[in-house]
Amino acid sequence: MFNDKTAKFILLAGLVLCIGGAFAPNWIVNQFMFGFARALAILGLMVLWRTGLVSFGHAFYFGLGAYAVAILDIELGVTDVFLRLLAGAVVAGTAGFLVGFIMRNYRDIFFAMLNTAISMVLFGIVVKTESLGSTDGFAISMSTILGFAPESKYPLFVIITLIGLTSALLVNFYLKTTVGKLTTAIRDNEIRVEYLGFSVAHAIHLKYTISTILAGGAGALMAMSLGQVDPESMINWTVSGELVFVTILSGPGNVIAPFIGSLVFEVLRTYAFELAPQAWQLIMGATFLTIIFFVPGGIWSLLEKLGGKKNAK
Amino acid sequence: MVGGSVVEAALTILLDGLQFSSYLFIVSAGLTIIFGVMKILNVAHGSFYAWGAYTAAFFIGKFSDMGLPDAMGFLIIIAAAIIVGVILGFIIEQGILKYMYHRDEVLIVLATFGLFLVLEDIILIAFGTDPYFAYQPMALLDAVEMGGIVRDVYGLTLIGVAALVAVGCWWLLNKTKWGTLLKAVIFDREVGIAMGINVPLVYTLTFIGGAILGGLGGAYIAPTISVAPGLGTEVIVLSFAVVVVGGMGSIAGAAIGSLIIGILRAIAVHELPQVELFVVFAVMAVVLVFRPEGLFAPAKPRKI
Amino acid sequence: MQNNPPILEVRDLLKTFGAVVAAKDINVDISKGEVVGIIGANGAGKTCFVNMVTGYLAPTEGSIKFEGKELIGLETRKITHAGISRSFQVSQVFHSMTVSENLMIALAIANNKGAQALSLMDTPELRRQLDGVLDRYKLEDHKDSTVSALAQGVRKLLDIAMAVVSKPRILLLDEPTSGISVEEKFDFMDIVMGALKEDGVTVLFVEHDMEIVARYVNRVLAFYQGEIIADMPPKKALADKKVQEFVIGKEHHKKKK
Repeated sequence: MFNDKTAKFILLAGLVLCIGGAFAPNWIVNQFMFGFARALAILGLMVLWRTGLVSFGHAFYFGLGAYAVAILDIELGVTDVFLRLLAGAVVAGTAGFLVGFIMRNYRDIFFAMLNTAISMVLFGIVVKTESLGSTDGFAISMSTILGFAPESKYPLFVIITLIGLTSALLVNFYLKTTVGKLTTAIRDNEIRVEYLGFSVAHAIHLKYTISTILAGGAGALMAMSLGQVDPESMINWTVSGELVFVTILSGPGNVIAPFIGSLVFEVLRTYAFELAPQAWQLIMGATFLTIIFFVPGGIWSLLEKLGGKKNAK
Repeated sequence: MVGGSVVEAALTILLDGLQFSSYLFIVSAGLTIIFGVMKILNVAHGSFYAWGAYTAAFFIGKFSDMGLPDAMGFLIIIAAAIIVGVILGFIIEQGILKYMYHRDEVLIVLATFGLFLVLEDIILIAFGTDPYFAYQPMALLDAVEMGGIVRDVYGLTLIGVAALVAVGCWWLLNKTKWGTLLKAVIFDREVGIAMGINVPLVYTLTFIGGAILGGLGGAYIAPTISVAPGLGTEVIVLSFAVVVVGGMGSIAGAAIGSLIIGILRAIAVHELPQVELFVVFAVMAVVLVFRPEGLFAPAKPRKI
Repeated sequence: MQNNPPILEVRDLLKTFGAVVAAKDINVDISKGEVVGIIGANGAGKTCFVNMVTGYLAPTEGSIKFEGKELIGLETRKITHAGISRSFQVSQVFHSMTVSENLMIALAIANNKGAQALSLMDTPELRRQLDGVLDRYKLEDHKDSTVSALAQGVRKLLDIAMAVVSKPRILLLDEPTSGISVEEKFDFMDIVMGALKEDGVTVLFVEHDMEIVARYVNRVLAFYQGEIIADMPPKKALADKKVQEFVIGKEHHKKKK
């Protein structure tokens, strides 16, 4: 599991980040926290994207993860970071597994749309339900770590980094297994995959469930990082669109890509927001179009080219 | 007078529902035509709606300030829809979509999402973040009492406009030479090319036509609402729900989808406001699960 | 050969599409090691038969038993697991992947059933098997080429190679030589039939080309309007009056058009 270049790089990067984070200023730590929390969801969407599936509704699982944390906090006073994360991933993953029985028969825009519909059902419920916080959402109390309450953001940052690292390693392994390799093959010819003896529906169901667990975990981590949840920034279809945007921005080439892509997205957002608050979406949309037209492999393919040139020299 | 109030309530729900269905239909008809002919699920359609609303509201306000008669408002609405549709439709189709026709359907959806984001912000830059109120055309038409309830006449004319759009589309598709060509392209693009149809031109005109309908929906609704940021975001998912329920690419489907969703939502608003949004998307999800091609489109075999 | 117990028993197979009868009264026993040619004009029901045996189409009535086990109602992949595989008239391969990648997927699926699908795909053992397949099907020269860039004949070879990596006991080939030039067809069939004989696979193949039928099969099933009108050795079949009239005559006619 650790004996390839990607895995080694992930371990090294994790070490550097965890040490570096202790000395970094708060705002940098924050950017990494948000970036890596979102990256978890992107990692899952990447698994789907490799098979040609785009979900315009993964905010459903992102939101479930985030709201699981909020409701556990309010109803039961659960503040432990690991319990919260587990709750988010389990709730979203269970929902994803169940929805997966239907979703595995859908492709293309029907897949995208059914996901949208399901996420908007949740959005519709949350927005109109007082006990779920309605449009205002909830504030979430500070997370504790195995009983102790940290004084800075650093411990949470380390945990998010470690969770991200572990997930990346697991997905990296998954992508090298037989079922994980069934990506382009499914996109190219489902009939052949069936005749070879593998159920395309089962393969897609697994990919879908993986993506929902990761999206739920991402939602939980995001809720903890932000200290609040609300439907507009956690469940609405524009959030799903944002997740898809970062997925395409990152590129499907490698499990490290979602982390880099998410960080770029965070930085882009912070600066664009400061420089031109009314043109933030414009910048995002234009970037998106540029990527679709000229850089189909996303940021990762650019990095690969850079690396390739260096090696050639 | 319990009986009377029940009838009044039912009438209110019916009219609210019809009005809501009407504007949904105008917008969705544009979306579904574009999908039917070009196989593009256009997320940026929400922006055509928003641009139509802003352009109409802006000029209605301006003209009113200049002391011109309020009746000009109706001309402005139509002009706004056409200007928005022609300019945005032309630029987007010729500048971007034209280069994507050979690419994956899903990728085109993503590109239109990128366009949506861009157009949303250009609205903010062009019109600012303060809401616009263009009540003049509505005030002009006054109100009318019917069956014991008072309704704005303007709102009722919306139903007429939707009916006109429906009849217009039907006439265009079934009674004109253009419609025959269009149906050939819808049936099979290759057949269309073989028949000597100028398919690129058909695409451009279809996209502009769809965009005009999107703009018209926004322009006509503008006098009844506060025109504020985020308009397009809501309407696009609602239109998706409509075309999915009715069957993507079908005008009749868009009409029936609009009626189902419009009336259900009106019932929810009056009787059970908590489920107002839920009910729309629950219907969409249920239709996708049990009849992915929509209620009124012919069922096609799935690939596998 | 007739003394062998049959491995495939087809009984009273019927398939209708509305009023159209695509297959009727099909009764066949196939013994282990046979090479059976299925001939018939277009629309005679040949591919329909292949589709029913491999679970792609469900028959309206009848039974298909493989090694005593009923196949009807099983999904295609379950039939692959049972030991029946097929190739396609139009090669069904992964066109944006290389030949090696295509075969690796096929090998990995064949080797890693069930939960094993969650083990690493690229193992030395699989690479070894890959080299074997590349060698036997003469695909080494093309192993790193993307399929969409390959000639029709190579794609067909790959299509068949992918079908046999699951080590089927029965292989159905749907028009293996269609799309392959006259000069290449015997070389092509020599490669395929040689490799299959080595593995002791029972082969049924749909074929339009009577030269191929005469050279490679030891039994012929002639289809006409969904029914088997002749079941006999190739020499006899090709000389048979009914076969001449309803199969070869039509073939000849078709070629002239």
